[in-house]
Amino acid sequence: MELSDLSAHELALYLRQRRISAVEILESCLKRIEAVDGRPGRLDGGPLTVEDEQKVHSFITLTPERARAQAEAVDRKIAAGEDPGPLAGVPFTVKDIFCVEGTPSTAASRILANFTAPYTATPVARMEAAGAVMLGKVNLDEFTYGSSNESSAFQPSPRNPWKLDRVPGGSSGGSTASVAAGEAPLSIGTDTAGSIRQPAAFCGVVGMKPTYGRVSRYGLIAFASSLDCPGPVARNVTDAALMMNTIAGADPHDSTAANVPVPDYLAALEQGIKGLRIGLSPDYFRITYPNLQNGTFETQPLPAEIEASVRRAADLLAAMGAEIVEGVPMPNTRFGIPAYFVISRVEAASNLHRFDGVKYGYRTPEPMNDLRAMYRQSRGQGFGAQPKLRILMGMYVSAAQYSEQYYNRALRVRTLIRQDFDRAFDPQGPYRLNALLTPTTPTTAFKMAALYGDSVLMQYADQLTVPANHAGVPGVSLPAGLDGEGLPIGIQLLGPDYREDVLLRIGRAYEEATETDPWRRVRPQALL
Amino acid sequence: MSEAITPEVFNHLVELAALALDPQEAEYVRKQLNNQLKAIHELEAIPLEGDIAATSHGVPYTVQISPALREDEWQPYPNPQGILAQAPDSSDSYIVVPDIPHTTLE
Repeated sequence: MELSDLSAHELALYLRQRRISAVEILESCLKRIEAVDGRPGRLDGGPLTVEDEQKVHSFITLTPERARAQAEAVDRKIAAGEDPGPLAGVPFTVKDIFCVEGTPSTAASRILANFTAPYTATPVARMEAAGAVMLGKVNLDEFTYGSSNESSAFQPSPRNPWKLDRVPGGSSGGSTASVAAGEAPLSIGTDTAGSIRQPAAFCGVVGMKPTYGRVSRYGLIAFASSLDCPGPVARNVTDAALMMNTIAGADPHDSTAANVPVPDYLAALEQGIKGLRIGLSPDYFRITYPNLQNGTFETQPLPAEIEASVRRAADLLAAMGAEIVEGVPMPNTRFGIPAYFVISRVEAASNLHRFDGVKYGYRTPEPMNDLRAMYRQSRGQGFGAQPKLRILMGMYVSAAQYSEQYYNRALRVRTLIRQDFDRAFDPQGPYRLNALLTPTTPTTAFKMAALYGDSVLMQYADQLTVPANHAGVPGVSLPAGLDGEGLPIGIQLLGPDYREDVLLRIGRAYEEATETDPWRRVRPQALL
Repeated sequence: MSEAITPEVFNHLVELAALALDPQEAEYVRKQLNNQLKAIHELEAIPLEGDIAATSHGVPYTVQISPALREDEWQPYPNPQGILAQAPDSSDSYIVVPDIPHTTLE
């Protein structure tokens, strides 16, 4: 086994024991990237070659010199007997939606392709302050708008390390692909409708969406400000807990980063789950989506393998002392996507008006007679189809004559979705859950190009993850086996506000229960 | 079902959004918008009684967990030239843009 395959907590331990150095860890990860990643995403990336189809393509910008300087600084601290920090020497990748000082921070969009961030996002700064070593910026859907990474303006877009003709999911697909492929043990992503949990499920890794406000959004290029949550991607629960210890907590730079004490997520991990009440809801075992031909809605059960993974997890957790509560009603789950189509678009349209070709980013090279023409041409050429769609939809549904029908209605539906969770988690209520156990996604990773272009079906990939964003509650996706095609299946735990500790504890128990499962020893295709 | 976002409505939105789309892209985007609206129409079927308030944030923000606002104090930024250098066109510490259209009010 190579160093790049070890977990973050093992690497941090071995480094402190002086069995390995930070530079050795870094070199191992760079070697892995060299072996499996292929060419990084580029604007006008040109046609895909046969070789491209065999590579992962996680990265937009690799920063090996910067990483080497950080790793050497960690090694110097250890040599001098100083505390190098809890994540010392642990490499991580950063979704290119975070600003990192001195690096291109592109949002995978032409409009920011030439933007170099003048400051560093709080979660990234906290990782670096803890001694973690940033390897570079990884790909995503343009401005995070997608569930497959195919909408990135930087091509080739990432591929699923488990099966290279599949998408890695999205929008944090570069993050989850890089972690699944052993390029880094950790990555920082963002989740607005499932953008950490869905690609984590597709790539067979752990991905956590913390409670809204648990992790600062300072330095995050905003999509939907009332829904965006930065969070960890890791290969196991302990590493996710270690990362949460570092990135969570109030931030004077973000007035929505809640002033709630951060527990030691690691300390809680091994406490067991005896007596915890874990719910199953029939509303998470089916999906409802529109038939665009006749305007009706169709409901289908989930694939049997996905449902079976959740049921098996419930059985294993019950055997470890948890109490499984069946039949928890979450009746508004199906309205998550339609409400999201409205709320996220209104917020996106507002956030994207700042990109105007004036202060930074792309400006049309054509001479323009007046300012308005320059705005139109710069935005028209700089934004891809997905941002344009979101801006236009956001403006339509918030227009004065429609906002009551659409935007205000969606905000009230959001209240109903929140009430589902309040009822399920209410300590005095009928269910008194500590967590809800659900599938993460309605399918495993789909083929590249299978959905891309159909913005409606693509959005429905988030049906089981988006309710937590509306409600603000935390969620985590855990790898739970492989389907008949060898693709990872993800299960999801959702919990009450600020109870990431309980979710991680249950996740750790599930890992212990499945430690000897044969699928845990299967390696992704990209590593064979 | 007739299209809610007709070419006329669409062109008006594009103008308001300060965007420019080529005809092929416009056709794709307009079709997708109409498809998305069909999904959004599901919201209209949900019974919403009068006392259901709008939620703009899932997690309630109480006084206890809301961080105190910082003092509104001027702080020097160490590298203003670095910020200016990001502008597509600048001159003598000014950002240069094409002519700003003026409208004479009657």
